[in-house]
Amino acid sequence: MELTDIIVKFILVFIIFAISLVIAMYSTYAERKIAAFFQDRIGPNRAGPWGIFQPLADGGKMFLKEEIIPTNASGFLFIAGPSLAIMTACIGSAVIPWGQKLTIGSHVIDLQVADINVGVLYIFGVVSLGVYGVMIGGWASNNKYSLLGAIRAASQNISYEISMGLSIIALLMVTGTLSLRQIAEQQHGWHWNILYQPVGFLLFIVCAFAETNRTPFDLPECETELVGGYHTEYSSMKLGFYLFSEYINMFISSAVMATLYWGGYNYPGMDWVLAHTGPAIGPLIGTAVLFAKIFLFIFFFMWVRWTIPRFRYDQLMDLGWKILIPLAIANIVITGIVITLIK
Amino acid sequence: MEPLSNKRKVIEQKPLNFLERAYLPAIIQGLAITMKHFFRKPVTISYPEEKREFSENFRGMHSLKRDEDGRERCTACGLCALSCPAEAITMIAAERQLGEENLYREEKYAAVYEINMLRCIFCGLCEEACPKEAIYLDGDIVPADYLRKDFIYGKDKLVEAPLNQ
Ligand code: SF4
Ligand code: SF4
Repeated sequence: MELTDIIVKFILVFIIFAISLVIAMYSTYAERKIAAFFQDRIGPNRAGPWGIFQPLADGGKMFLKEEIIPTNASGFLFIAGPSLAIMTACIGSAVIPWGQKLTIGSHVIDLQVADINVGVLYIFGVVSLGVYGVMIGGWASNNKYSLLGAIRAASQNISYEISMGLSIIALLMVTGTLSLRQIAEQQHGWHWNILYQPVGFLLFIVCAFAETNRTPFDLPECETELVGGYHTEYSSMKLGFYLFSEYINMFISSAVMATLYWGGYNYPGMDWVLAHTGPAIGPLIGTAVLFAKIFLFIFFFMWVRWTIPRFRYDQLMDLGWKILIPLAIANIVITGIVITLIK
Repeated sequence: MEPLSNKRKVIEQKPLNFLERAYLPAIIQGLAITMKHFFRKPVTISYPEEKREFSENFRGMHSLKRDEDGRERCTACGLCALSCPAEAITMIAAERQLGEENLYREEKYAAVYEINMLRCIFCGLCEEACPKEAIYLDGDIVPADYLRKDFIYGKDKLVEAPLNQ
């Protein structure tokens, strides 16, 4: 690797990091606004025009709040929990292809931090690491509500990871590769995977809701039963990290869903656009399209949150084990049969 | 047992059918309902800038009235304090001196008259008890403040502005 390549990668990492943090920040604002609109309200509108400085005010407040570590909490793990949560949330974006290769002069810039050939596997690894932050935090708080929340998070994530993995297997049978870059390339134009794997996508999005602990599956932080769930004892920016990691996770899983099923940066007529705008601008339009898809997904996440009430825990487990897993297996079998028949 | 009213309903618990168990139709229905609300006009009244109209018999902040000559009507009889269920009113009476006839209508007046707005429940009994029609709850909403002591309103805040001569 040349030095310029390394520098370009660093810049790319920095940009993606900044973008995911800003999007997470403004997701909190969007969530409040959207919630307000769904409830015939106005939402935050005091900090700046239309309240757009609300996230800054919230962040400032978080930093200035008193830092409380309970006496009987396990000090190191108590701090490690939220750190781990936000770290695993941030590293997921490394393998997502944000756009086609950009050509500026003689330079070809790959809009992806790491084009590893096991991208999907990497995402899964990171996602399953995410629950450790919650578990460690919940356990280290030495509080029964936190512990219950942590246990719930762990069992929920494990149950839904299975059906998520199974739904992905059917997709991998169609694509034949684990590399996210290749999966994205295959969906050129309008050959989006959602057309071949609608059931797989449905399973995936349900599991994504469960993995990101969003309503209707936000049982780990179920206020009505568990006070605050796994972050009951947290205050100040450590709480902020937990909340933030939820929003980053939402962003990353939206990006993954858009890439795996909804064509990533591809859109119908992209060849024409690419030919007319040149290799320096054209790929950026694709990136914009990808972000539009991501924002739609984030909106969908919020839409669902303000529509559906929380599941009961036994319903959650029933749904995961008795409905989603059999459905995912059936999906694999049918996909396999269809693929063999076509070949 | 015989039903005591005709409001009794027999609730039957049907097991969910397949479509209901699949959740999805119900979820889509719900999403459609929330989406309808998304485009609806917000019902919010942005309070300090916009105000909801008070009804005619709204009971807000008290004011101590003056008569047509601009003299305070209150005679410090204490009936309002006596009738107050929240014990929010205290007063100290004083005798009108010679030359103060243009300030106080009666021979006895309230030198200090305080209402603790944190205790007051805005029931309006003081208004009803007053024989001199001196106190009315015809003001605005009591504004927020930082300290408890600032909610004890004295005569400076309660008495109506003097008539301009
Ligand atoms: S309105 Fe009721 S509670 Fe308030 S001062 Fe008058 S009598 Fe007391
Ligand atoms: S306000 Fe009315 S009831 Fe109260 S002391 Fe004055 S005159 Fe008496």
